[in-house]
Amino acid sequence: MRATDLLRYSGGAVRRHRLRTFLSILGVGIGVAAVILLTGLGEGARRYVVGEFASLGSNLLIIVPGKTETAGLAPLISTAPHDLTRQDAEALPVRVAAVRRVAPLIVGTAAARAGERSREVTLVGTTREMLAIRHLKMSIGRFLPAATPDAAVCVLGARVQRELFPGENPLGQLLRIGDWRFRVIGVIAPRGTSIGMDLDEVVEIPVETGLRVFNRSSLFRILAEVGVHDEITSARRAVLDVLRERHAGQEDVTVLTQDAVLDAFTSILKALTAALAGIAAISLGVAGLGIMNVMLVSVAERTREIGLLKAVGVTHLQIIAVFLVEAAILATIGGGLGLLAGEGAGRVLRHIYPEFPFHPPPWAIPAALGVSCSVGLLFGILPARNAARLDPVVALMRRKA
Amino acid sequence: MIELDGVERTYVVGGSPVRALRNVQLTIRGGEYVSIMGPSGSGKSTLLNILGCLDRPTAGSYRFAGEETATLAETQLSHLRRYKIGFVFQFFHLVPRLTALENVALPMVFAGIPPAERSNRAREVLEQVGLLPRATHRPDQLSGGEQQRVAIARAVILKPALLLADEPSGNLDSASGREILNLIEGMNQGGLTLIVVTHDPLIGGRARRKIRLSDGVIVADEGAG
Repeated sequence: MRATDLLRYSGGAVRRHRLRTFLSILGVGIGVAAVILLTGLGEGARRYVVGEFASLGSNLLIIVPGKTETAGLAPLISTAPHDLTRQDAEALPVRVAAVRRVAPLIVGTAAARAGERSREVTLVGTTREMLAIRHLKMSIGRFLPAATPDAAVCVLGARVQRELFPGENPLGQLLRIGDWRFRVIGVIAPRGTSIGMDLDEVVEIPVETGLRVFNRSSLFRILAEVGVHDEITSARRAVLDVLRERHAGQEDVTVLTQDAVLDAFTSILKALTAALAGIAAISLGVAGLGIMNVMLVSVAERTREIGLLKAVGVTHLQIIAVFLVEAAILATIGGGLGLLAGEGAGRVLRHIYPEFPFHPPPWAIPAALGVSCSVGLLFGILPARNAARLDPVVALMRRKA
Repeated sequence: MIELDGVERTYVVGGSPVRALRNVQLTIRGGEYVSIMGPSGSGKSTLLNILGCLDRPTAGSYRFAGEETATLAETQLSHLRRYKIGFVFQFFHLVPRLTALENVALPMVFAGIPPAERSNRAREVLEQVGLLPRATHRPDQLSGGEQQRVAIARAVILKPALLLADEPSGNLDSASGREILNLIEGMNQGGLTLIVVTHDPLIGGRARRKIRLSDGVIVADEGAG
């Protein structure tokens, strides 16, 4: 028997029951679309996090006061006996060759006023190095001065500028924070959220000024950029050594590499994607049961036809093939449509949330199609064997189906 | 061509065996026109199914064209049905979604014959049964007599040696029934072995050789040459 004839014969049977065919195709389609959408969401979440870390710069060491006993995320409450100071930060590029630049960081929230307008801002005390470390771009003016860590100047995030100085040139104007007054010297280009901090909502000031504003002696953290990614592990150890020496032999800081943090996120998000894929696979399995149901009905309805096929010399294997191909047609069309639907929905999602990188992992599409086809064949086997085993004598005795 | 020797067929119905055929001895030569008659339950359909290799004897020997069928595998039996035996049924058994032409060509589809040749041969045979103008009609657009003629065309499309007809006119008015019988009798005159199963003595009486079954036993065999 020719393959095209087999396809046409089975296809003819599929076409005869439009509603039933449509419903089983729909079942498979929903299953495949679910696999693509759910894995796309999981993978998108992973890419989002990876992208966020990349925007931070991939060669960063993050030095946090306090010692965590287990590896993981930064401790929320710092219990360091020694302050993490600006001098600590400045010592690092001098003592550790691999460290290219450092930026000390002190962060807090404060109410900022300009004329009659006021709003809450994230106040960040840091140095000029921050510009390079966080890959910031200026839209107007300049960033913090390198020479004077205690100047009363500030640089605004894009939204702060828009809301406190709407339609005006803010350069040279005064911004009041508590009793402090700062002259605006620059505005950062819009950037969006990065690792929990909305860079459009910040006001950056020199680090010493920041310590005074918050009345603190210890930095919030130090960001150290390593020149070459391969040296990050040795640099981390060297940084720890330098800080232990500076802190009277006590290891009272935690140095996080981005890789460690990223690995933690990645493994969580990969598990999430796998779990979502598993849920979607269940819906594919249910779709397979739908195909089996349709095929069993089809066999029962076509008892006389099967008897006739046997009488005209159609073999056992050919009858199995006729019904398996029928199941495969349902599964393949359903899989194809589900693929289109999943991709289409993904496109809509990307359109609505452009910042979320919705993206099914590369294995999702072949896996979804492979599973839907094998589901179709697997659940087609039982009905097809039922058909082939039918007793032609009994089948042909029936008057009507 | 057909040699039955001591053929038995026993069914199990509700736990107790029913002997549908008992010790059937029968020889039919090529080109014969045989009718098998008997009341319902006499075993004539069972005999027809065994002759057509749709069913196997419980005991005894059935040799078709000199070959013992009991030793043939399922696939070899399929081939025998495909190339050597044609069936005509009381209820036609046409595939409803296929046209008359496609129904006639169906055995050739599964025999792997190329489409162009299928179409030519199916047209030839449809012309032979006088239905070429209706080639593209579906079964529900044809009268009973026309459907049965399509079924006959399908039965002989692969030039079998034996045509088995189970009450071929049983579902038709008497005029169409006569036409159908004339058609297959004409094929018999062309050399095709014809076996008609019927409960109707008028139809059975048309055959040269008349076999009568009762309770699974051949009780009469008239006109055996």
